[in-house]
Amino acid sequence: MINIIKRFINKVLKNIFKKKSHVKLGLYGPPNAGKTTMANRICKDWLGEEMGTVSNVAHETREITIKEQINIKNNGKEITFSLVDTPGIATKIDYEEFMKAGMKEDTAKKRAKEATKGVIDAIKWLDDMDAVIVVLDATADPYTQVNITIIGNLAAREIPVMIVANKIDLKKANIKKIEAAFPQYPVVGVSAKYGKHIDDFYEALFSLVG
Amino acid sequence: MLTLEVIPYQEIEHLSSVGRIRKLLNSAKEDKIVLLQGRLKKEEEAELIRATMEEINDEFKGIELAVIDPGNENVAGLQKFTKVIYDKILGDRTGLTVIGPASIIKQVKKDPKKIQLLMQEGNNKKRVKKKR
Repeated sequence: MINIIKRFINKVLKNIFKKKSHVKLGLYGPPNAGKTTMANRICKDWLGEEMGTVSNVAHETREITIKEQINIKNNGKEITFSLVDTPGIATKIDYEEFMKAGMKEDTAKKRAKEATKGVIDAIKWLDDMDAVIVVLDATADPYTQVNITIIGNLAAREIPVMIVANKIDLKKANIKKIEAAFPQYPVVGVSAKYGKHIDDFYEALFSLVG
Repeated sequence: MLTLEVIPYQEIEHLSSVGRIRKLLNSAKEDKIVLLQGRLKKEEEAELIRATMEEINDEFKGIELAVIDPGNENVAGLQKFTKVIYDKILGDRTGLTVIGPASIIKQVKKDPKKIQLLMQEGNNKKRVKKKR
């Protein structure tokens, strides 16, 4: 009940300040979907610099990182937003998986501890977002509970959502499967790493928050 | 020995969100796989993940979770109307929640029609199928 009242007040306040100059745009998704690669692509395109480090080992991003005042222009339209890159949301974190990737036990345990805190922070930040890009790995099964929980929570909070099907440069990529799993949301297939179809993404972003 | 705990909706009906989450998480921490009649609210699912993260340590590696929500299907017209009424009467009683420790369940494969639990190698690679 308290949550419903809190959300109602937030919504009313949001409407009052609807004409604010920029929005808080979150990047959410499971680990290793390419959220930071996507954040880097956006920042490189519009600010000329990267936002964070990427790695093949899961949970590379373990803290919320924010890039303020990103201004993008498309067909005479313009939007300014703060980009919030979040740690990947997971239901399990096993330090032994990091050891398999070549880390020493102490380092692996430290990484696991930081990763759990990162997931908690990412969930806490859900309420602060104005719009969210859910980044999914187009080569992976989209019907995971983490994906469903993230998107379900955004819907429950009435936060506008766009899905980015990332890694379309890979042979196994299947955008149609993601579209079938989440038919009520716009899905844009991109390769954040190589910039493939990134213009389609910016166009969709204007529709989402413009 | 693998323990499967089946919880009818009546068991959690009068519990608060925190109570429901604690009940499920405690069972998972006792190495039980829980089949709960009904489903958690979306916010409760996120809260369950958050609570799980707080409990992770060297022994407890987290959970595997799957919720079958009949509302996921694309229904329209009269069917949709019937479903809305049905949901109003039955609340969160519809659907099915499966939760278990990540040390036992390796992966949950889910599509709209079935859930497959793939067990860790140490547990003789068992596969439990649940069809809706």
